[in-house]
Amino acid sequence: MKDQIQLLMGNEAIGQGLIEAGCQIAAAYPGTPSTEILQAVIDRQKQAVEPLHIEWSVNEKIAFEVALAASYTGKRSVAIMKQVGLNVAADPFMRTAYIGVKGGMLTIVADDPGPHSSQNEQDTRLFCLQARVPVIDPASPAEAKDLIESAFELSEKYETNIVLRPTTRICHSRQNVSISEPITLGRQANFELDTPRWAATPAFLPALHRKLNANLEKIAVEPDWQPRWTSGDNSQPRTALIASGIVYGNLVDLLEELNLSNKIDLYQVLMPYPLNPDFSKKIHEKYDHILILEETYPVIELQLAHPGAAGKQNGPVPREGELTPDVIHQALAAFLDLAPAEEKPEERRGQRPSLCPGCSHRAAFYSIKKCFPTGIYPSDIGCYTLGMNLGAVHTVHCMGACISQGAGFYQAYQQDEGEFPTVVVTIGDSTFFHAGIPALINAVIQQTRMIIVILDNATAAMTGGQPVPHMGIAAGDKPTKAVAIEPLIKASGVDFMEVCNPYDNERFESLLKKADEYIRSPEGGVAVLIARHGCIMDPLVRKAQDSFLITINESCIGCRICVDKFECSALFMDRENKFAVVDQDRCIGCGTCIPVCPVAAIVKQEKS
Amino acid sequence: MKQQIIVSGIGGQGVLFLTRVIAQIAVNQGIPVLTSETHGMAQRGGTVLSTIKIGNFSSPLIRTAQADLGIFLWEANLPVHRPLLKTAGKILINTDKDGEGIRIDAAKIARQLGNAVLLNLLLLGVAVNHKALICTAEECEAAIKQLAPARFTGQNLAAFHMGLSSST
Repeated sequence: MKDQIQLLMGNEAIGQGLIEAGCQIAAAYPGTPSTEILQAVIDRQKQAVEPLHIEWSVNEKIAFEVALAASYTGKRSVAIMKQVGLNVAADPFMRTAYIGVKGGMLTIVADDPGPHSSQNEQDTRLFCLQARVPVIDPASPAEAKDLIESAFELSEKYETNIVLRPTTRICHSRQNVSISEPITLGRQANFELDTPRWAATPAFLPALHRKLNANLEKIAVEPDWQPRWTSGDNSQPRTALIASGIVYGNLVDLLEELNLSNKIDLYQVLMPYPLNPDFSKKIHEKYDHILILEETYPVIELQLAHPGAAGKQNGPVPREGELTPDVIHQALAAFLDLAPAEEKPEERRGQRPSLCPGCSHRAAFYSIKKCFPTGIYPSDIGCYTLGMNLGAVHTVHCMGACISQGAGFYQAYQQDEGEFPTVVVTIGDSTFFHAGIPALINAVIQQTRMIIVILDNATAAMTGGQPVPHMGIAAGDKPTKAVAIEPLIKASGVDFMEVCNPYDNERFESLLKKADEYIRSPEGGVAVLIARHGCIMDPLVRKAQDSFLITINESCIGCRICVDKFECSALFMDRENKFAVVDQDRCIGCGTCIPVCPVAAIVKQEKS
Repeated sequence: MKQQIIVSGIGGQGVLFLTRVIAQIAVNQGIPVLTSETHGMAQRGGTVLSTIKIGNFSSPLIRTAQADLGIFLWEANLPVHRPLLKTAGKILINTDKDGEGIRIDAAKIARQLGNAVLLNLLLLGVAVNHKALICTAEECEAAIKQLAPARFTGQNLAAFHMGLSSST
C-alpha cells in the first residue's frame, strides 16, 4: 500500500487525501466539477481506519453546517461543493470565520473558470478574501492531495476553517499520484461547551473579530504556505512572473516550450489569501515589472497593488475566461516583448449537448410546448436545462429559482388587464429538494396561479446519478428513510397535484390542460404535475422498459419536426436532407418520437 | 520522451475510457502523465475533448499546434480540434469518408462486434499498429484488463485486436 502509485483524477486524489488525513465526517451536494470528490470518499471508505460518516446533503448550506458541528466535537470534517454552492452555504460560511472550528475543517470549493459547467465563473479566492478565510490554490491533482493533511493541521492550529480551491482542470485532470496509509487520530466526539463562542451574540463578536484578524496575520506568515520561488538567471532584471493554481502549471510548461525556464524569477502562490505582507514588500522592492496570472479574478493582483503589475486590471491578461496555455502565451509574449504568439485559429464550436435519446424530459418538454405555445417557461439547473434546445426553457438562473421566478412572472402579468400567460415551471427532483420547497410555499401563500412540472427521474442525473431524498437511498447505496415528494407538495398547500409518466403523452397533455383550467378557475392557485420516469442513464430503468425497433418509412415528408422540434439525437436527416433517419447506434427504442410525426411515418416493431 | 495526445469525440462514445487506458499505460511504464477530460453537461452527447501529456509536464492542457497525435472518434470534430495538432502530427479518425490522416470505419467494424461504442479501443489498436503511441500491444492489453469491468474485458480486447490487425 505504501508509496503505491495510482492514476487518479484530481477529485479522486482529493477524496483519497481526505481518507488518509483521518477525515471522519464528509458532506457534499453534487455539482460539476466537484462531484467526484465525495464519490471517491465513498469508494474508498473501506480504507478508513476510523468511523467515517459520508452524506449527500440536501444542499450545500446543510452540508457545511453538518461538517461544522462535527468539527466542534474535535473530529476532522469536510464540506464539499462547487463554487456557486458556496453562495448557498454563504451564511454559515461567513460566520464561521469569526467563530472558528475545533477539529480540522476543510471546505473544498471547486471553481469553474471558463465556465465549462456553471452559471458563472466566480472566484472562491475572492469570496474568501471577503469572508476572511484562508484559501489554498493547488496546481495539480498530486499537489491538491499532498496539501490536505497539512491543511487540516493548519485548521487545527488556528481553529479556523480552511478552503481548498481546486479548479475544473485540477478536478478533471488525471495524474500519477502516490497513495499512503490513512493516519489514526483516535478521537472521540467531545463537544466542549463554550456558549460565548458557539452561540456568540453581538456582545462577543468584536473580540472574536479581533482574534480572527490576529490569526490571519499569523497564518499569512506560516512557513509551509509561503509563495514558492524559482530563481531566474537575471537575464530579465527586476522582472518576475507570479501565478497560482493550474495557471502555474500551464506557465511552467509554456516557459519550457519557449526555452525560458529558469530565465525569469517565478513565484507560485500557494495560499492567495491571506498573502504575507513581507512577500508583498519583497515584490515591491525587488521588481519593477511583474506579470500576474491567476483564475478568475485579480485576487493576488489586488492585494499586491504593485505599480508595475501587468495583469487583469492593467495589462495583457484577459479578465474573463480560462487562462489556457494559448491565452497565457499571448499575455507572456506581450509582457516580455517576445514575438507575438501565432494567431490562434478562430475557435469553432463542436456538437452541442442534448437530452439523451429516450430521456423522459424530452417527451415532457415537447408536450408542454405543444399545449402552451405562448407560455413562459422558467426552468432550472440540471440535465433539463437542455430543454432549451426544444424551446421549452426560457430562464435558467440558480438552484430553485424557477419556482420563485415563475411566481414573479405571474405577479407582474396579473396586474395588467387581460389574460395572464400560462407560466409552466420545470424543476428536477433533486433541485426541488435543494431549494424548491421554500419557493413553493411562498408561491402558494402569494396566491400564484401557475403550473409547476417536477421532472422526477429519481436521481441527480446531470452530475452522474447521486441519490435523492425520495428514493430511500443514502450515499454509498445505504438504505435510509424515503421522504416522498407528494406529501411535501400537499403540505405546502397545493390543491391540484397529479402524477404522470410523460412517455404517456396523451395523458400528460390532458393533465397539462386540466392544470391550466385549474389555475384560471376562481379557486385556482399553484398546480403541480409530477412527471415521473426513471433516468434513462440508469441501466435498471433501461432494462425494465420496452425497447422497439424504430424506423421511419417512405411516407416521411422531410418536415424535420422530429429532428428539430423534438430534437432527439438519435434522429437525423439523410445526406440529401430529404428524409429523417434513425441512428440505430443511439436509438434506445423508447418510441416517444412516434406521436410527434404528423404523417405517422415513425413506426415501431418488436425487436427480433 | 514526451508525447502530447488529444482524444476527440462526443459524450457517450467512450472518450474518457480511451483516455484512461492510454494514461494507465504510461503509469504502468513508470512515466509521469497528466490528462484533462470533459465532464458535466457536455457529456450529454456534446463535443468532448481529452488531452494527454506523457512525460515531464506540469499541466494537462495542450497549446495550439503542440499535439503529436489526434484520435478522432467523431469526424465532425476534426475542424474543431485539428488546430491543436502539430503540422506533422498524426491523425487517426473514425470515418467512412476519404480525407487526411489514417482513416478507418471503426464504427462499422465495432457494430459487427456487437456495439458501436467499442470503436474507441479499435482505434487504440490502429494507433499501436501505426506506431503512433509509445507502447506495445501487450502493454495496451494489460491496461485494458486493469480498467475494463470484468464482463466487458473480452469484447474490449477483441475490439483492440481488430484495430491492431486491420489493414488500414
